[in-house]
Amino acid sequence: MMNAANFPILSVTTFLPLAGVALICLIPSRHRKAIQWTAFLTTVVTFLVSLQLYFRFDLTTWEMQFVEDASWIPQFAIRYQMGIDGISLLLVLLTTFLSAVSVLSTWSAVTERVKAYMASLLLLETGMIGVFCALDFILFYVFWEVMLIPMYFIIGIWGGPRRIYAAVKFFIYTMSGSVLMLVAILVLYFMYHEATGTYSFYILDYHKLGLPANVQIWLFLAFAVAFAIKVPMFPFHTWLPDAHVEAPTAGSVILAGVLLKMGTYGFLRFCLPIFPQASVVFVPLILALSLIGIIYGALVSLAQDDVKKLVAYSSVSHLGYCMLGMFALNVDGIKGSLIQMINHGLSTGALFLIVGILYERRHTRLISEYGGLMKVMPIFAFLFLLVAFSSMGVPGTNGFVGELLILIGAFQASLKFGLAATIGLILGAVYLLWTVKRVTYGPITKPENEVLKDMTVREYAYMLPVLVFIFWIGLYPKPFLRTMDASVAHLLESVHAKQAAQVLEQKPAWFQNLLAKADIQQLTKGQGR
Amino acid sequence: METAWVIPALPFAGFLINGLWGRRLPKKFVGWIACGAMGLAFLAASRLLWILLQETPTGRFWEPVYYTWIRAGDFQVDVSFLIDPLSMVMILVVTGVGFLIHVYSIGYMHEDPGYPRYFAYLNLFASAMLLLVMANNLLVMFVGWEGVGLCSYLLIGFWYEKQSASDAGKKAFIVNRIGDFGFLLGIFLTFWTFGSLNFREIFEAALVRFPTGDAVVVGITLLLFVGAMGKSAQIPLYVWLPDAMEGPTPVSALIHAATMVTAGVYMVARCSVLYALAPFSMGFVAMIGCTTAVFAASIGLVQNDIKRVLAYSTVSQLGYMFLGCGVGAFVAGIFHLMTHAFFKALLFLGAGSVIHALSGEQDIQRMGGLRSKLPVTFATFVMGSLAIAGIFPFAGFFSKDEILFETLMSGHWVLYGLALGGAGLTAFYMFRLVFLTFFGESRMDPHAAHHVHEAPRTMAVPLMILAALSLTGGWVQIPGIEGGRVFGAFLDPVFHEASQLLGHHGGATHPPLWLEGALMGVSVAVALAGIFLAYGWYMKDPQRPVRAAQKFARAYRWLFHKYYVDEFYQATVVNPLKQAAESTHQWVDRRFIDGAVDGTGSAFRSLSAVVRRIQTGLVHHYALSVLAGACVLLLFVLAL
Repeated sequence: MMNAANFPILSVTTFLPLAGVALICLIPSRHRKAIQWTAFLTTVVTFLVSLQLYFRFDLTTWEMQFVEDASWIPQFAIRYQMGIDGISLLLVLLTTFLSAVSVLSTWSAVTERVKAYMASLLLLETGMIGVFCALDFILFYVFWEVMLIPMYFIIGIWGGPRRIYAAVKFFIYTMSGSVLMLVAILVLYFMYHEATGTYSFYILDYHKLGLPANVQIWLFLAFAVAFAIKVPMFPFHTWLPDAHVEAPTAGSVILAGVLLKMGTYGFLRFCLPIFPQASVVFVPLILALSLIGIIYGALVSLAQDDVKKLVAYSSVSHLGYCMLGMFALNVDGIKGSLIQMINHGLSTGALFLIVGILYERRHTRLISEYGGLMKVMPIFAFLFLLVAFSSMGVPGTNGFVGELLILIGAFQASLKFGLAATIGLILGAVYLLWTVKRVTYGPITKPENEVLKDMTVREYAYMLPVLVFIFWIGLYPKPFLRTMDASVAHLLESVHAKQAAQVLEQKPAWFQNLLAKADIQQLTKGQGR
Repeated sequence: METAWVIPALPFAGFLINGLWGRRLPKKFVGWIACGAMGLAFLAASRLLWILLQETPTGRFWEPVYYTWIRAGDFQVDVSFLIDPLSMVMILVVTGVGFLIHVYSIGYMHEDPGYPRYFAYLNLFASAMLLLVMANNLLVMFVGWEGVGLCSYLLIGFWYEKQSASDAGKKAFIVNRIGDFGFLLGIFLTFWTFGSLNFREIFEAALVRFPTGDAVVVGITLLLFVGAMGKSAQIPLYVWLPDAMEGPTPVSALIHAATMVTAGVYMVARCSVLYALAPFSMGFVAMIGCTTAVFAASIGLVQNDIKRVLAYSTVSQLGYMFLGCGVGAFVAGIFHLMTHAFFKALLFLGAGSVIHALSGEQDIQRMGGLRSKLPVTFATFVMGSLAIAGIFPFAGFFSKDEILFETLMSGHWVLYGLALGGAGLTAFYMFRLVFLTFFGESRMDPHAAHHVHEAPRTMAVPLMILAALSLTGGWVQIPGIEGGRVFGAFLDPVFHEASQLLGHHGGATHPPLWLEGALMGVSVAVALAGIFLAYGWYMKDPQRPVRAAQKFARAYRWLFHKYYVDEFYQATVVNPLKQAAESTHQWVDRRFIDGAVDGTGSAFRSLSAVVRRIQTGLVHHYALSVLAGACVLLLFVLAL
């Protein structure tokens, strides 16, 4: 729409990695370095191309930009439609950025079947970018499923000892959610036809569709379960620690950094605008689950002796904040939620990179195997500390900006939830500092650790860019926050407009209780701010 | 004053230079950069003071705005500063005392392999502290607030190989986080109430919108005070400060005595309008302050680690500052904050000099007779002790006496009595320290005694300057004399609204001079009594304390073990938390939730194992099934 040239920049960004896959296939397997460089350069080029999206992005409109539209399967009105707005822009950039970082991070860790490995990573990147750009339900679903396969292989082939269990668990768990979503999509498709007489899979068409409240509730549930598994929200989170622990570093970075955001993105793109009334009905439930996730994830992190598991559970806590902010349903909360998605990608991604650096040197993830690393790896220890600070939301780092906005949003929505969520900040400091202390402080207790080398050039090359963004967002978040202004405002407007237009009387009886507790009046007042 | 940003920026630049390249720079350079940055910052601050003084007393208020930090919805926070007499005093204390301690560190840390890292952290601390005191809104203040906590964490755990040091750092950060939790809630409640975090806007709105004693203001002030309890080590969150003594001694002087721990007092004074609107919170602040003052002083009576005695004394003195603020004498609180920065920095640096001379010995039971061997340290340390004990004409006399006086004048008889008693305890434990360290027979380890040496010049000169300040620092606020309240007159405009709300009338109509004189006499008498008691116990009859400890064995044990508060927290907070984490993980997460997930999987597997039996692969089985099905169908149709 705002695209000056007709250059299909979104398709190019999406399929550049796929072209990289083709290129890699042409290189004989024995040229490991060449394969790695090709993969890395592909991701870098993709990132550079995607940067154009930021610079050419029109901040004044909420409408989809860089739109591409072509007929695909006309019999079912399936179209190839791509486009991004202020909600997806930063997520696309995060994907291309983290892909480059993660490719670079496993050059020395993965030495077997490098060709297939790099191809999987690149294919995964195509799937992820596609999910954030697709504007057609079927196209979205295709990309959504495309992601699963390379991730399944990354965990199942290059993972740790229990990789098969973890990969299968990841696959089946996510798959069962997706199937529910597919059914819901088809139901929507036919309902749309009933209402308008035409068929369409165009997602934005559905934003305008006013569904009866009782229908909304069931469809919302189907979508929400799929996304909640992906986020993951308590109690659908148990696949995550297993997948993370077994995945290689790059897999973990991508998994935490981007794949989890698919869930939160789904809520923003589908659940809120298509099912506004149902969303409001479920606000108390989702806020409560998010809150449990925040406290529960932090508490369980505290009990881990495996550093990767610890970071995995901390994700449950952080994503709880994202969901909390989103379902506060006000500007502060949703912007905070969006920026926190980016923050979590950077900070938790960096934590996994840190763990990866340790693992490459000692091949163990047990915290008790380390200790006193500050003596032999002073720079590493300092970077670890910085990343931990960013993850626990110390002011000046990105985490603070996100958590602050989320909490402000939460306070406006509900004093109780805001108060309770703030407690999570204390626990975050406890488990992270305790880990930092056990790994880097104290005397060196294991002789193997005496000879560890500090950061290498390659490790600097992928850690430093992440740190730049951590502090950039922390100190001057405006360039990031302002991209979402128009879209977030529009999203809230449409949610509340539909909310107000339709009477909320058609809901099943058992929801009356929930509603009474939600205190809609208070919520809508909060939203007005 | 637009260029005020250079004051925090200078030490930050020092941090960057030493942090990035310090390990490759020559040692001398590292020290110069760090000290130079602080020195320049002090000069810039002095210039700022000069410009500020050109204004009329009521016009001394600037808000330079630099950029918009966060904006979402109607939530907007700018990075901007507030320059007024109150922040000016703090800036001067931080840069001035900070500069002296930086210089001292050159000598003290000279042998340490982490020399550049040390100075980088110290500069970063100064920068964050300046941000804290210069902020014009609660959120930027919070950034500095957390920043100083972070530097404190880094510097407490500076000697990272020591297990106790890293434990202490972690404890400090986490206890502070608990306080910050309250502070952050206070910020949210403020924003919720006023729609702004800017101090000026909040105060103006509060004065218009809320009557005295309104619950919202009480809530905000109490929550903010929870943050102050953490940062300024008040009951019940004081437990981190004594442990923080694991850090290098100049760090204890700068962060854990002179500047960071006073942030809470500064914050309360900065929000004087809000506190004045909330009498309940004022009473609470005064009560906590006074209780802490006496409580910590009592623990200080029997500790044997020279730095821990000083740490408990810091906790106690901070209590006095809060007492002052709590009874509405904000000027007195800030005044004591300033003089305390002088004499407590001096005492810590003196203790550092002793520790340095004795090759790391900190136990006063193993010192003694150092008077002749460390003359400069001895002389300055005694001056600091006289100041903290409140002996005329040392700085502590004026500031502490003003707090006591204002406490009595505001009608708090009980608090006055307690605080006066605490002053006696202070004099006693300080001179116990002096006598055990510098007088009597040497009880030193012969090996350490051999090496004893007076401090090098970089350490001695800061000691002398601080000693001079400990003597003269109080003369800016002499009661009862026309024009004697220079310090108070400077600060009065800041507390104007608060004083009006509280019904104070500045320094204009003071109670009769004889009363003030009499109370001064009482204070000095109590302090002298404490000193003479210490003299009697530790100089004339060294066996007396031992006998007393035996006679009151139970009381002694409680004091010696610091009332078992650490043990209490361990049993009621730390261990239950660990257990909760462990059992949540084992039982709820692994067994229950993940068990359900895996259980679903295996349920399907068992089900399929049953159903699979039908798929025998034998054609005649299938044929039989088809026949049976056909029959059933036929019967069904026929039945209809």
